[in-house]
Amino acid sequence: MTDTSRRSSLIGRNLLAGAEPDVAGDAGHDGHPPRVGFFTDTSVCIGCKACEVACKEWNAIPEDGLDFTGMSFDNTQGLDASSWRHVAFIEQSKPLGRAEAAVDHSDVDVLALAARGSGTPVAEAAITPTSPASSPSADGQTGLRWLMASDVCKHCTHAACLDVCPTGSLFRTEFGTVVVQDDICNGCGYCVAACPYGVIDVRPQDGGAHKCTLCYDRLGAGQEPACAKACPTDSIQFGPLDELRERAAARVEELHRVGVADARLYGHDPEDGVGGDGAFFLLLDEPEVYGLPPDPVVTTRDLPSMWRHAGAAALTLLGGVAAVFAAHGGMSGRRTGRWGR
Amino acid sequence: MSESDVTRDGIRGARPDRDALVGKGMGNGERRGRKGGKGRKGDQSMVPRAEFTSYYGRPVLNPPTWSARDVAGYLFLGGLAGAGSVLAAGAELTGRPVMARALKVSSVAALAGSTAALIHDLGRPERFVNMLRVFKPTSPMSVGSWLLMVYGPMAGAAAASDVARRLPRAGRAATVGAGLLGPAVASYTAVLAANTAIPAWHDGYREMPFVFIGSAATAASGMALLVSPVAENAPARGVAVLGTALENAAVKAMERRVGVVAETYREGRAGRLMRAAEALSAAGALGGALLGRRSRTAAALSGAALLAASVCTRFGVFHAGIRSAEDPKYTVLPQRERLDAQRQRPDAQRDRPQDG
Repeated sequence: MTDTSRRSSLIGRNLLAGAEPDVAGDAGHDGHPPRVGFFTDTSVCIGCKACEVACKEWNAIPEDGLDFTGMSFDNTQGLDASSWRHVAFIEQSKPLGRAEAAVDHSDVDVLALAARGSGTPVAEAAITPTSPASSPSADGQTGLRWLMASDVCKHCTHAACLDVCPTGSLFRTEFGTVVVQDDICNGCGYCVAACPYGVIDVRPQDGGAHKCTLCYDRLGAGQEPACAKACPTDSIQFGPLDELRERAAARVEELHRVGVADARLYGHDPEDGVGGDGAFFLLLDEPEVYGLPPDPVVTTRDLPSMWRHAGAAALTLLGGVAAVFAAHGGMSGRRTGRWGR
Repeated sequence: MSESDVTRDGIRGARPDRDALVGKGMGNGERRGRKGGKGRKGDQSMVPRAEFTSYYGRPVLNPPTWSARDVAGYLFLGGLAGAGSVLAAGAELTGRPVMARALKVSSVAALAGSTAALIHDLGRPERFVNMLRVFKPTSPMSVGSWLLMVYGPMAGAAAASDVARRLPRAGRAATVGAGLLGPAVASYTAVLAANTAIPAWHDGYREMPFVFIGSAATAASGMALLVSPVAENAPARGVAVLGTALENAAVKAMERRVGVVAETYREGRAGRLMRAAEALSAAGALGGALLGRRSRTAAALSGAALLAASVCTRFGVFHAGIRSAEDPKYTVLPQRERLDAQRQRPDAQRDRPQDG
């Protein structure tokens, strides 16, 4: 596609909402690489927080509080200016698929398993997250399931933070990701209020907004982001978005087949309220259980209507005041003495 | 075990059970039927109460980093300046020189105060000028910065010419220019607030500009009543009634629109501020209309009440927004209702209601 044809193709298109196949091209990048992102498969997350640590280390993010929350193993609490990966821990008294937590492992020789190393084929593993169990235990115990999910900036197709940034500090990279330029950000905080996922935040220490860059520096050097590199179970998968979507669809089908009926994708749909996420998830429960909004919508989708309503209100004020003054008329005899007394 | 059947098109049958109590918001969300909700044909009474869960009661959104004094103060002062310029132009053109001059000065003072508040609220105030690096229609803050860059000098020139009694023709041109830009200054701040993910602000985006315009008119007419002689204040009394009526009607309409989120405007600190605004504006408008033409004191008191009403409205709206961001209920519940309504429709199209 040539320059001119692409530019003219933008005319009349709504770039504020809906599916947008060439997000980097629409941002003005010519000959850009394919859009990349994360597929976070929470069904294999083990809650090790290696992603959190790798992110902090690589991006040199300062410490932001050492709290003990009592929220299972989650002391990070959420994404903010100094936490760009956040592992959520949810404890539920509910089995995972047909797996059963109360299964008897007394005959398993753990030392023999350990000697075999970590490369146990799935078929031979004593238990996997999707292991079928024969029947519930005699006492009806259903056990506990522990959901773990590593959350991150979604790098939305329609990124509200980027749309509302008044300085141009936030921008769309050639990889289709959204990055803050720290040397331009003036800390107005508009992006914080605009993000429908509660990702970006202002760091009190330096007054600037910060969030996941999808390791823009590493991408430029042909490296995958630090969190994906560090993830020991491939719960965090990095790659071209199209490929990730295919992989995710296959994975969710596989989970349904083995009885994990709760598995569903989140943020994968280009028709959703933010035009699809660059970082999407396979979840085992409703999004809000993980602290994610169930149906986020980019606020700027409604912006044309907002400007129209504001225009109508402005005209109402102008017309209303003019009408009031017209009704009361001029002060006769005062016209000439303009400067009054 | 879950009874539901999760397909790629959504959940069929019963929703998965919620026996794990995650978060303190669990199960206390009341479902409120929205009357005449757009595109919501689904019978609300079929679902007795909304299921709502959260992650340990933690907010879904990151609450704004804005300070109440700076941002709500900015909204008030911006409205006072913008609507004040409209009244000043009206007063000048109809031969009410004392009112015109006082409002021009108050607009410049309010503008200076609002700009100071805006800069003070930045995380890096020394980089304020970066606001003028780009012009972005998708960023109301960018649009507003440029608007103030045009409006500010005009309002300043209008006041300076009047006070110094020099260049009357240029002064009048600046007065009229500021009067024409004033409504934009007073109304863009509504888009500034509404163009966020904050439920109490975004969901009411249709009515918010009218709330803000009404509140701005209330403030400016209050200032006019406070500073004008009785002989000149007749239009100010009219604008006070107009502003009060507009503001209160728009607030009511907005509360109806936002459904369960309206709680944030009715309860707590925001609720007290909104009720105070209603009472003060009614008292000010009524007092001004009935007594303002006879008594200078009554007019001034009415004016002060109207100014206070506008302050209360702005802080009320601000605190309602903060509360709606801090409580996951106001993020999750409306979105869950929207999803459920989509699923209840036979052909579950993803047609979200656009504006109307």
